[in-house]
Amino acid sequence: MNEIIAMVLTTIGALFVLSTSLAMVRKRDVYLRINVTTKTATLGLGLILGAAMVYFNEYSVTTRVLATIIFVGLTAPIGGHMLARAAYINKTEKWEGMKIDDLAGQYDPKKDILHSKKKNTKFEPPTDYDKPSTK
Amino acid sequence: MSIADYYNFVIIPILGLSVILVFIRFLKGPSIADRVISLDMLILMAIGIVVIYSIIHDQSTFLDIAMLFALIAFLGTVAFAYYLEERRKRDE
Repeated sequence: MNEIIAMVLTTIGALFVLSTSLAMVRKRDVYLRINVTTKTATLGLGLILGAAMVYFNEYSVTTRVLATIIFVGLTAPIGGHMLARAAYINKTEKWEGMKIDDLAGQYDPKKDILHSKKKNTKFEPPTDYDKPSTK
Repeated sequence: MSIADYYNFVIIPILGLSVILVFIRFLKGPSIADRVISLDMLILMAIGIVVIYSIIHDQSTFLDIAMLFALIAFLGTVAFAYYLEERRKRDE
């Protein structure tokens, strides 16, 4: 019975991981890729680790697996957030189909502050993703 | 069909295909942030593969390596993000 539950959990988790990696190839923007990765990878990985927890059914394994799940679930969104912020400040090109940019005009490059209200600092990443870069 | 056969012939190929797809993005990625996030994703999938192998070989000791990989993935991502921000400040 434990084996069947472990097989089902692992299958769902592996399919989630496969959908994440398909999105890594198909999505057209750094920000979209970071968004997809940090959400789906934690869920798929949590299901695979939960399958190990169900299969072994010991206290030592359960504590280790729970610690890993909590650690990954806490740190993967933090890392994704820091990376997206660094990419935005670095002026990584955004997809020209992006309709709403909530951070436009809120970063002050001289004082190096990211305001939380609209300041109209005229800071926006370039939008020519599909064209070759002219640098 | 035992659980080891199922994992060897169904789950490991699915995870291998996803590793290949993410590695394509790792090679193609137009910016550094693409490469960093795909490296993070590769290490997360390595955790999954280690867990699958620990179930196949019935050795729960392998899960320590999975925990170590989680630590290394977080450290690497945060270090690269900090480096990207600091590099822009130094350029100006």
